[in-house]
Amino acid sequence: MQDNHIPQAIECRGVAKIWDTDGEPFVALQDINFDVKAGEFVVLLGPSGCGKSTLLYLLAGLEGTSRGEVLSEGVPITGTSPQRGMIFQEAALFPWLNIRDRAPLPGKSCREAALFPWLNIRDNVAFGLALQGMPKGQREQRALELLQRVGLNGFAHKRPSELSGGMRQRAAMARALALEPKVLMMDEPFAALDIQTRAKMQNYLLDLWRQSRASMLLVTHSIEEAIGLADRIVVFTARPGRIKTIVPVTLERPRNPRDPAFHALHDQLAELLADEVDRAFAEQEALGA
Amino acid sequence: MSAVDTHVATSAPNPARVAPASPLSSGRLLKRLQRQLVAALWAAGSIGTIIGIWEFAAAMGWADPLLMPAPHVFLGNWSEQLHFFDMANTIGSNGEGGSWLAVISVVLWTSMRVLVGLLLGFVASLAVGLLIRYNLTLGKLALPAVTMFAPISPVAWLPVAVFLFGIGNKPAIFMVFIAIFFVMVIATLAQIDDVPKAYIHVARIMGASKRQVFRSVILPAILPGLFVTLRINLFAAWMVVLIAEAAGVGSGLGQIVMMARNTFNASLVFFTMTLIGLSGFIFDQALRLIQRRMLWWIDSGAAGGK
Repeated sequence: MQDNHIPQAIECRGVAKIWDTDGEPFVALQDINFDVKAGEFVVLLGPSGCGKSTLLYLLAGLEGTSRGEVLSEGVPITGTSPQRGMIFQEAALFPWLNIRDRAPLPGKSCREAALFPWLNIRDNVAFGLALQGMPKGQREQRALELLQRVGLNGFAHKRPSELSGGMRQRAAMARALALEPKVLMMDEPFAALDIQTRAKMQNYLLDLWRQSRASMLLVTHSIEEAIGLADRIVVFTARPGRIKTIVPVTLERPRNPRDPAFHALHDQLAELLADEVDRAFAEQEALGA
Repeated sequence: MSAVDTHVATSAPNPARVAPASPLSSGRLLKRLQRQLVAALWAAGSIGTIIGIWEFAAAMGWADPLLMPAPHVFLGNWSEQLHFFDMANTIGSNGEGGSWLAVISVVLWTSMRVLVGLLLGFVASLAVGLLIRYNLTLGKLALPAVTMFAPISPVAWLPVAVFLFGIGNKPAIFMVFIAIFFVMVIATLAQIDDVPKAYIHVARIMGASKRQVFRSVILPAILPGLFVTLRINLFAAWMVVLIAEAAGVGSGLGQIVMMARNTFNASLVFFTMTLIGLSGFIFDQALRLIQRRMLWWIDSGAAGGK
């Protein structure tokens, strides 16, 4: 790279991730080059299994890259940092949970948003502050403030299982925001929610984004969600995940799905994705055969 | 913000803010009492059926009264049995007791051995299990040995218990300990491997050290499952303590059974068996209560019974 470039909140330089599954290399990501500016809202859009979530793991520092490097404000990412918060999808996508989830157990819902079932909502939100050694009284006060910010005042002493899916995601947001991250990453945070709640949560997220001025990096496979939220949409190809194109979204917020410009953009993205979805399907069928 | 507030109001599953430990309303209390009464009736019916069949068989002359005395016989002549129970926890004492207080003291001695063994076994297996997963080298070194020891029957450990601890309380406690230790280590490992990765990732991203992950995430996440395993192993502990007492301790229910066998006292055998059954039942109930109170986040549906 050029010597005099301005460090961005997040930079990916020729990133590849190759998993080793039983000695056979599995290319999850290839040639990933993009960056996220400070305060920017970037959405990663692509078919399932294209490596979007893997990329978030690399950026969070949970996994290392196989090739290339990921930088945070110009510094290579070598491990996790409270500066880069992350909100997880309903953890049900983990294979060992899917089996259990067939039975509608009350405990299943607790795993949504990865809130800790053994802590009440306030203590969940204060968890990161406790790790950092903030005194009990202070962090509980801070947690209550954050809960107010996400509209959950009065729910401090509830257990995660007593909250609805949308409320749990907001509690998870409060927990991530408690550490005042510069970048907040979200792995399909609203995938498990119903349509109405989802729309509310998206507005909600935009409010929080404006207040916190953090950079946002959200993974989704919903085109509507991507257009509704993003400054820029990074479109991924099917496996192995590459960046197909980056689409800037210049529509005024709040964005109206009935706006013709919204429609035009939707069609454009749908077309971009259609080939990839077909390819992904073909591959999955080939794997299943 | 107003959009959000209405959302809260509509999506709250339970608008009345009930604290987890709020007192039950009288209506709910009544319902709970009713449920417990029904459960108690079924329990009485269950035991009553067994007694009925037994009594019937005895009355018909199918059961030899000397070998299989009917319940009304071995429970009826309790005053004769009482003097086999001794207050003193000493070896070789028999026939100096004679009160219900002595019976209770014998039951308590046995219970104490079970309890101490369980407690030590639980804590030690938890610690070893966590250590195996915490330190990879140590884990690789310890795991094959644990897996090899696990299938060895506690009965095979009996001579070892006597070699190491002679006779008295210690070998009996050791037997309970060994009966649950290896199994519980393996259960601990299984539980640790089953902790949702998202929990660990959340903690790591928020800057948790490995130690903090183990203490603040893995430990609370595995406790409910381990407690269920402990409850299942409780019965194994009760069986083993009787064997240990029969072999090496001067007091306790196992010793009484042994004495009953040696003196061909069938009534005493069944009387003691009744006491053992009752004690095990009470232990199980107590553990369930602890589980409900202390591990409230447990998923009771997945915990193997309520």
